[in-house]
Amino acid sequence: MSHPRVAGVGLTHFGEHPERTGRDLFADAGLAALDDSGVDPDDVESLFYGNFMGELAEHQGHQGPLMAEAVGLDVPATRFEAACASSGAAIREAVKTVRNGEADVVLVGGAERMTNIGTPAATDALSIAADDLYEIRSGMTFPGAYALMARSYFREYGGSREDLAAIAVKNHEHALENEYAQLRTEITVEDVLDAPTIAAPLGLYDSCPITDGASALVLTSEDYAENHGLDASVGITGTGQGGDNLALHDREYLARSPATAEAAEEAYDDAGIGPDDVDVLEVHDCFTIAEVLALEALGMYEYGEAIAAARNGETYCTGKLPVNVSGGLKAKGHPVGATGVAQVVALTELLEGRFPHADEVDGETAVAHNAGGTVASATVHVLEVVA
Amino acid sequence: MTETARDGEFDELLDAIEEDRGYYVRCANGHGSLPPRRVCPHCGSRELADEPLPDAGTVETFSLITVATPQFTEDAPYVTAIASFGDVRITGLLRGTDHGDVEVGMTVGIAVEETETTGDRAIVFRPR
Ligand SMILES: [Zn+2]
Repeated sequence: MSHPRVAGVGLTHFGEHPERTGRDLFADAGLAALDDSGVDPDDVESLFYGNFMGELAEHQGHQGPLMAEAVGLDVPATRFEAACASSGAAIREAVKTVRNGEADVVLVGGAERMTNIGTPAATDALSIAADDLYEIRSGMTFPGAYALMARSYFREYGGSREDLAAIAVKNHEHALENEYAQLRTEITVEDVLDAPTIAAPLGLYDSCPITDGASALVLTSEDYAENHGLDASVGITGTGQGGDNLALHDREYLARSPATAEAAEEAYDDAGIGPDDVDVLEVHDCFTIAEVLALEALGMYEYGEAIAAARNGETYCTGKLPVNVSGGLKAKGHPVGATGVAQVVALTELLEGRFPHADEVDGETAVAHNAGGTVASATVHVLEVVA
Repeated sequence: MTETARDGEFDELLDAIEEDRGYYVRCANGHGSLPPRRVCPHCGSRELADEPLPDAGTVETFSLITVATPQFTEDAPYVTAIASFGDVRITGLLRGTDHGDVEVGMTVGIAVEETETTGDRAIVFRPR
């Protein structure tokens, strides 16, 4: 099978840009990806675009064509929505389209404008990834949902707030050298433990920030990359997606993410690899506990074991399994609809040796894990150096 | 109230809990879920029947939420919990005890009360 190549990548700075419109954010990232790819924009055949809260944040639906226009493309354009996994879902459809031979060149991206509406409205907008009738009306917030999972985890497997704090400390340290990251400050375990509580047992520093930003990738077929002499050594060799009941209380496990496990199994099979072949990962750490749940469901650790990984130094860029070398959602920022593609941007640059810490990370196989809500949606993509 | 049209079987269930005749949906394989349902979310069974909710539930997990959505600002800080009532798990507000005294495993009853911020109806657990 021919694997789509990542021919170009682009990002905006992730941070607080309340006055920048979604279309301006996406134009920034999309044009950067097109320029980076060396592809003639006239060759782009389709746009796959992720966005979650555009109706609430910008009173803007129908964002696909708007965003194609913003980057100067007159092509079919569709928005994908799977909460925080929106652009992970967009990547998956783009990969399938290129593999099927239906297109040789596509643009994939995502954008989210969030800080313009303020924290209460953004908290509300994020919460609607949950079940409105049976969760939101019982006071569920996005941090509250992960707090419910964190307490279940502690009871089932052990672990402590200190263990979670070590994850935040690691991801902040990773972000220090990432010029696109929102929170480039060194923090300590004490800082995390002393921060205000937002949803006990989680505090402010267990949570990703509210972020404006956009991301984009140019994917091409293998033939197109070779025929046009593109500098595109990284391929997306595996794709998987899993689903689960929407409400947390309707899940079999409150402290596991089976949708991630399903997505991983499918993606690993697709790429012909196993969990032991993975050298580096970007996982969906919207909250510190989410990194733990992800690493276990991805098969990197047994259930109950990943809680100690950061504390033991294993998941630092210098450790045996680097995780979230970009700073993750926690420190890089989480412009919801842009996150899945931004993970692939980071891993592509890392495998190409042009990302911060690239000289400290060995290996040629990377995994991107993007999750929606309390992981009722999950996508996993495998990236490998193929040329 | 912020809603105008009722939300079908959700509001019917709240009516029933208010009248102390709460129920849940049970499939042929014994899985519980909340209405409206045509298919069991756990096994896909379409053989569903309403069953009375047990009087008492058990708190499985909870969070003391301090950063709320605009619909709950005057309620905050408040506790949201998941409790199991026999075959079915339900998410609700946990009231009627000091926040520091809430524990996993505590026994609760179920009621419908108004939120402080909007006056909307909400599922509420109270220790019993
Ligand atoms: Zn069933």
